[in-house]
Amino acid sequence: MSGADMSGSGSDTPLVFIEVRRGAATPGSLALLATARRLAGAAAAVVCGPDSEHVARTLPGYGADEVWFADQPTFDAELPGPIIDAVAGLIVARGFATVLLETSVAAVEIAASLSARFDAGVNWDLQDVEMRDGQMVGTRLALGDTVVIDVGWTGEPRLASFRLGVGEPVEQQVPGSVQRLEPSISSRALRTTIHERRDSTHEGAQLVDAAVIVAGGRGVRDAASLQLLEALASALGGMVAVSMPLVDRGWYPVSAQVGQTGQKVRPRLYIACGISGSLAHRVGMEKSGTIIAINSDPSASIFGLCDAGVVGDLHEVVPELTRLIRARRAAEASAAG
Amino acid sequence: MGAKICVCLKVVPRAEVQLRIEEATHRLDRSGASELNPADEYAIEEALSIAASLDAEVVAVSMVPLSGVETLRHALALGVDRVVAISDVSLAGADMVVTSRVLAKFLEREAPDVIVLGSQAMDGRGAMLGGAIGQHMDLPVMSGVRSARVEGGRLRATRLSADGEVVLETTMPCVVALSGSANVPRYPSFRDIVTSKRKDISVISAADLGLVPSESGPAGSRTHVIGIAPRPVRQADAEIFVGEDGAAAFLVGVLDRAGLT
Repeated sequence: MSGADMSGSGSDTPLVFIEVRRGAATPGSLALLATARRLAGAAAAVVCGPDSEHVARTLPGYGADEVWFADQPTFDAELPGPIIDAVAGLIVARGFATVLLETSVAAVEIAASLSARFDAGVNWDLQDVEMRDGQMVGTRLALGDTVVIDVGWTGEPRLASFRLGVGEPVEQQVPGSVQRLEPSISSRALRTTIHERRDSTHEGAQLVDAAVIVAGGRGVRDAASLQLLEALASALGGMVAVSMPLVDRGWYPVSAQVGQTGQKVRPRLYIACGISGSLAHRVGMEKSGTIIAINSDPSASIFGLCDAGVVGDLHEVVPELTRLIRARRAAEASAAG
Repeated sequence: MGAKICVCLKVVPRAEVQLRIEEATHRLDRSGASELNPADEYAIEEALSIAASLDAEVVAVSMVPLSGVETLRHALALGVDRVVAISDVSLAGADMVVTSRVLAKFLEREAPDVIVLGSQAMDGRGAMLGGAIGQHMDLPVMSGVRSARVEGGRLRATRLSADGEVVLETTMPCVVALSGSANVPRYPSFRDIVTSKRKDISVISAADLGLVPSESGPAGSRTHVIGIAPRPVRQADAEIFVGEDGAAAFLVGVLDRAGLT
């Protein structure tokens, strides 16, 4: 900080809400620990859920000086209600003036609820935050990511929710204290329950492990045309993914969905076929090594993101590309044999 | 008293309008043509389908500038029974905290069984309102929902999770915030459109809801815009091939150069 006063009485250390997926902290929420240290030279963290003690003990490795966890049976990543009560209680008890969160479905609900509970400002979809003349300033892209908006907060706590995938975790071991929270949970939070979980992750290969992904979007004509993508994926030794509209149409399972509400992938090669490149899709794949786009709409925003692209009909280009790659493989095999 | 479903709507600049932020106020220029936030059509559809199972009235509410009130007529054409516009110059520039407080004040008065919201508005409002409204009204919230229905007097909702899907259940009244494309919105018939022209849209002010300017006006907002600048343009260095003939060979060349074949 630049030495000027923080505009309030709360703790200078930002509180980071850590999200857990498959038993580990998400990279996006770990990255916010580094953001907190950059802002204030220290970071606090809170994590809730059945595995949260284990996750909590990993957090000082990413710069969390103080860590709280809540692992009572009422805590579940799918049920934000009790988590809101736990985080709100911690904010009150410790006087946190700044709270940093990701932009997942749960984190959005948590940030919104805290905002209404504390009459506190929430800025979301942020790219970054920094201290400027003693004030916290957030930056956010708007109008199709063509303008940068600087946003501020009046009053505390300041709630800041970050666009998915904007930061990288930084490994930096600090001593760190880890404590269990014993929050009181409101009756409102306990009214929502889990009726059923439907696991759609099928056994066998996982999308997140694939080196090559061929992905289809709204531009794919019909369900049968996805076979063209499957053939290309098979020729390249990869897997097929889809954007959300195709899951909504029932053409492909949700386990194959890439994007904000699906999987986040970073294969060596990502071939986007008939995908416009909406923000919701981009956050799931923009860290891929080489991105190739095939789309008949020259103004599709995917062309601003890809390394190479074809403006053309995927139903013609994909089969031809499959044929050329198969021919190449066959030639290599006969040369080797 | 019959059952009631409320659906919160937002009016946004039409897709073809070049969006512009006013220099002086840092607010989105809303003087051009407007339309219903496309995501809200899913909210209306979900509200109508929940209402059908409860034989409920559907009431739509929107905080909207006067110039956008007529745009809400589309909701009547889609089958909403009643539309209320909260329209007041003092509400211009309201942030999320203020917007959620104003809507919650109205919704408390209506006392619906279910409150439905669409997903993220196209102009950046964010998918936050549902969570904040639930907090203001002390109601349970289910967000990121793809479909919802009433089952044994409780609301049951399906949403995507990291591992597939999860089905949540909660007591009514409650708040349901939808994810993107939750259903297939109906298309109004010519007759529906004509009928909708004869219905009234009631327009009320923040004062009508008993809100004072310190709660509803800019003074109530807890966030502000400091400045706006064009984004530094990152020169796109993508190689683009136009047309189908030769496209596959071009891509094989790209893969070769990247060492991926």
